[in-house]
Amino acid sequence: MSDTPSELSYARTHEWALCEDDVVTVGISDFAQDALGDVVFVELPEPEQEVRAGEEAAVVESVKAAADVYAPVTGTVVEVNTALTESPELVNAAPYNEGWFFRVRVTSDVELDDLLDAEAYREHCEAEGDA
Amino acid sequence: MPFIPHTESDVREMLARIGVAAVDDLFDEIDPRLRGADFSTVPAGESEMAMLHALSARARLDETGPCFLGAGCYDHHIPAAVWDIASRGEYLTAYTPYQAEASQGTLQLIYEYQSMMAALTGLDVSNASVYDGGSALAEAVLMAARIRKRGRRRPSDGDATTRVAVPGACHPLYLDAARSIVRQQGIELVETGCGADGAASLAALDAAAEQGAFAALVVQQPNFFGVIEPVDALTAWAGTHDAATIAVVNPVALGLLKPPGEWNGDGVDIACGDGQPLGVPMASGGPSFGFLCTRARHVRQLPGRVAGRTADRAGKPGFTLTLQAREQHIRRGKATSNICTNQGLLVTAATVHMALLGAAGLRAVASACHANTRELVAALTAQDGVSRRFAAPFFHECVLDLGRPAAPVAEALAAAGIVAGLPLGRYRPALANCLLVCATEKRTAADIRAFADVLAPALADSGAAA
Repeated sequence: MSDTPSELSYARTHEWALCEDDVVTVGISDFAQDALGDVVFVELPEPEQEVRAGEEAAVVESVKAAADVYAPVTGTVVEVNTALTESPELVNAAPYNEGWFFRVRVTSDVELDDLLDAEAYREHCEAEGDA
Repeated sequence: MPFIPHTESDVREMLARIGVAAVDDLFDEIDPRLRGADFSTVPAGESEMAMLHALSARARLDETGPCFLGAGCYDHHIPAAVWDIASRGEYLTAYTPYQAEASQGTLQLIYEYQSMMAALTGLDVSNASVYDGGSALAEAVLMAARIRKRGRRRPSDGDATTRVAVPGACHPLYLDAARSIVRQQGIELVETGCGADGAASLAALDAAAEQGAFAALVVQQPNFFGVIEPVDALTAWAGTHDAATIAVVNPVALGLLKPPGEWNGDGVDIACGDGQPLGVPMASGGPSFGFLCTRARHVRQLPGRVAGRTADRAGKPGFTLTLQAREQHIRRGKATSNICTNQGLLVTAATVHMALLGAAGLRAVASACHANTRELVAALTAQDGVSRRFAAPFFHECVLDLGRPAAPVAEALAAAGIVAGLPLGRYRPALANCLLVCATEKRTAADIRAFADVLAPALADSGAAA
């Protein structure tokens, strides 16, 4: 069973979001990194780039697949995890900590309503796993 | 079972929707003389000897005198060893084989090809080829749009058209091919025009940029008119206008000219072009192959296959397909392109060709082409009424103004056994009096004299100067 910390919000496309004031940290879930397998490359957005909720903002490549990472919120990228350029395996080792992707400063009130809480996301993953 | 996904009722429904009675009606616009017809009777079989006799007679109809035609396809000497090696059974395939790593020879050859193309263009990485110069330009433009889109998107950009500037004279067929491919993705190629000297006009480029920003700049060197472009100034312009740079280059010319990787010091983002001059016969205009090279930082936007060198568990060197996560079998609909390695056979020939020539050999070929074309231009412009149309320096092609429509003159020369060059009116109505001529290293002093000797009567036959 994959790990789903309860303090995070989750997108149906398997990103997690941690909201601190007006800055949201984004990564991919433990379920996602496990499904992808060994991550070999991460293409990050540029600082100051505008991202929109539900639109692709990064790309993650593993030895067997490539997947887009969608921004869970709308805003401006304020920081990217440059450690992933040299050490993409951090995404596998610590998806909720050192393996984060980028931070977004949200433009208006954070709209996390469309995101799932940990329990709902667990159910979503189980449903996908059964499919 | 036919491998056609449409049932008869699918076809009927589609035809009904667009109001066409039969599939054949879709081809009405093609001249009936050009359309294949069913045999009314199957002719009686011929013996092999009789068949060869008949076909040899047909082949002689295609034999012509010395060729001064270039315009994207060039008559270079191809060492006999090139196709002797490329035709070996082990290499005789257009594709990277399935289970590619079982074919180490093919992968090593692609790796060597990529290394040579990267060295020739002065860039970091090459793919394993695309179809031809036109498709290479299309892929380069799509790449440039992706490079510019990533990391630069601002809310104000919206979904506006991506504009790509084409200053100077780029090959019209490359532009046709590229436009048909890129316009589906909202990309517009804007030709900004040449100056009176035949090279790209920076003033016209500035003026066009005021109508809207350009995401990328396409520079062909030498350009379609054979003219040497001010590539450093154009690359610098792209730098100050935040545009990606695409070089369209002739690989033989790179034996002498500055490689795109060094244009304006830091070089371009992407270099592409047609590989035909590297060991591929003219063969009525095809087939050919396209090359596509780029910087390491853009490699994930590069379409097509890439072979890499690695080591096996015992540390022995080996070759493998690499960076496959860009490709359609992994990324599906979001792949950079559906292109693979369809021109593997021609790439094999090009690799052998480049290996046989070496850097010094390629430089010698380029120098001989340039020297022969200078001689040709001197001999032809010595005729009354014939002059160079553009003053800018040229490499191995030059536009001559004949002072009267060039197409009938070219026909008269063909009848006299000289393949004279390309009358430009078909592509540039304003240049209807102009002929684009080329003399490769294969053209001898006698060939050039023969051209000059028959030009005078051909000009006279075509009437007085307009």
